[in-house]
Amino acid sequence: MKIDHHPDESTLMSYAAGSLPEPLSAVVAAHIEICPECAREVHAMERIGATLFENLAPAPVSLSAGQAFGGAATPPPATPAPVDSGISASVLRRLLGGELADVHWKRLGFGIWHYPIKLSPNCKGDLRLIKVAPGQVMPDHGHGGSELTLILSGSYTDEFGTYRSGDLSDLGDDVEHQPVSDPAEGCVCLIASERKARFKDILARIVQPLTGL
Amino acid sequence: MAHLLQRVAQSRDTQAFAELFENFAPRIKAYMIRQGADPTTAEELAQETLMMVWRKAGLYSDTKGSATTWIFTIARNLRIDRLRREVPWQALPEGRDEQPSEETAPDEAVSERERRERVHEVLETLPEDQHEVVVLSYIEGLSHSEIAERLELPLGTVKSRMRLAYQKIRESVEDLR
Repeated sequence: MKIDHHPDESTLMSYAAGSLPEPLSAVVAAHIEICPECAREVHAMERIGATLFENLAPAPVSLSAGQAFGGAATPPPATPAPVDSGISASVLRRLLGGELADVHWKRLGFGIWHYPIKLSPNCKGDLRLIKVAPGQVMPDHGHGGSELTLILSGSYTDEFGTYRSGDLSDLGDDVEHQPVSDPAEGCVCLIASERKARFKDILARIVQPLTGL
Repeated sequence: MAHLLQRVAQSRDTQAFAELFENFAPRIKAYMIRQGADPTTAEELAQETLMMVWRKAGLYSDTKGSATTWIFTIARNLRIDRLRREVPWQALPEGRDEQPSEETAPDEAVSERERRERVHEVLETLPEDQHEVVVLSYIEGLSHSEIAERLELPLGTVKSRMRLAYQKIRESVEDLR
């Protein structure tokens, strides 16, 4: 798969640091799964974390390794190595608890559907799938805070180019754009925002001109 | 450190594990404290991280990065899970095909230790404003927006400082090859 648009380096760094909010991390993980280039960058960025970590002033620990085993004479057995170590075959499947084809879309307005994805209870932000009918023009909109969009199928085109399956749009909060979905296939994407309220705002602006609310 | 982890992986060597524990537990505890844990919780998380190292050692391969980076990623993911109570979406490094095919022969390869030493040198010489955002992100666990708020800077400034820091580190590590 040829991928033309990647997350910003600062976004990948925050992901490697473990500081990127959950919804944004999920989108980055779904991109990395299919983008070896970004996976390599993330590993180089993890090295920065490891370097800072190994140079921290150590905090004395009262336990010894033996005590950590719970005082057992023989240490606990190793868990048999699973094939994967966290991220399974598909991040998306984990997020949806099933296949993309089986999603129960909710209609938002003319030619636009969504499916909100549940996040950890106290987690801020918003994560949802959006499906747009072919040739749909979105109103010009900006983004508040960080927002990531991963294209799952179809495409859209805006001032910055055409975004196809696997591409990730990482727009700054000061950028305005007006995407148009693919005239034949439309577009399905996974969108994460670190602010819930702001995202609803954008959705309202998308829906408004179409529904006449 | 990699040879200790190999010994744990291959022969369940408790002596090698004790050495890993002695070296890493105080650093993991320090890391967890900087991430906002109280000392008791930080120590529990250090213990738990090392128990995961013991259990998962079989997954570790020394051809795929360093033991230190691997242990760091385990601590990082545990921190996301326990302190932030969110889902860690980051894979541990061994799950990745890390090196492209143009990798140099093993005897010419730059060691991970050399790479981290170089990263350390660059980190030490970064301008203070770049060093600060890197530490806030990696060690204090703040998101870019939280850093922007803390330092009263626009989000875009935080992101560009992160990028500048990374570009210097990347160039310098690439020069090693």
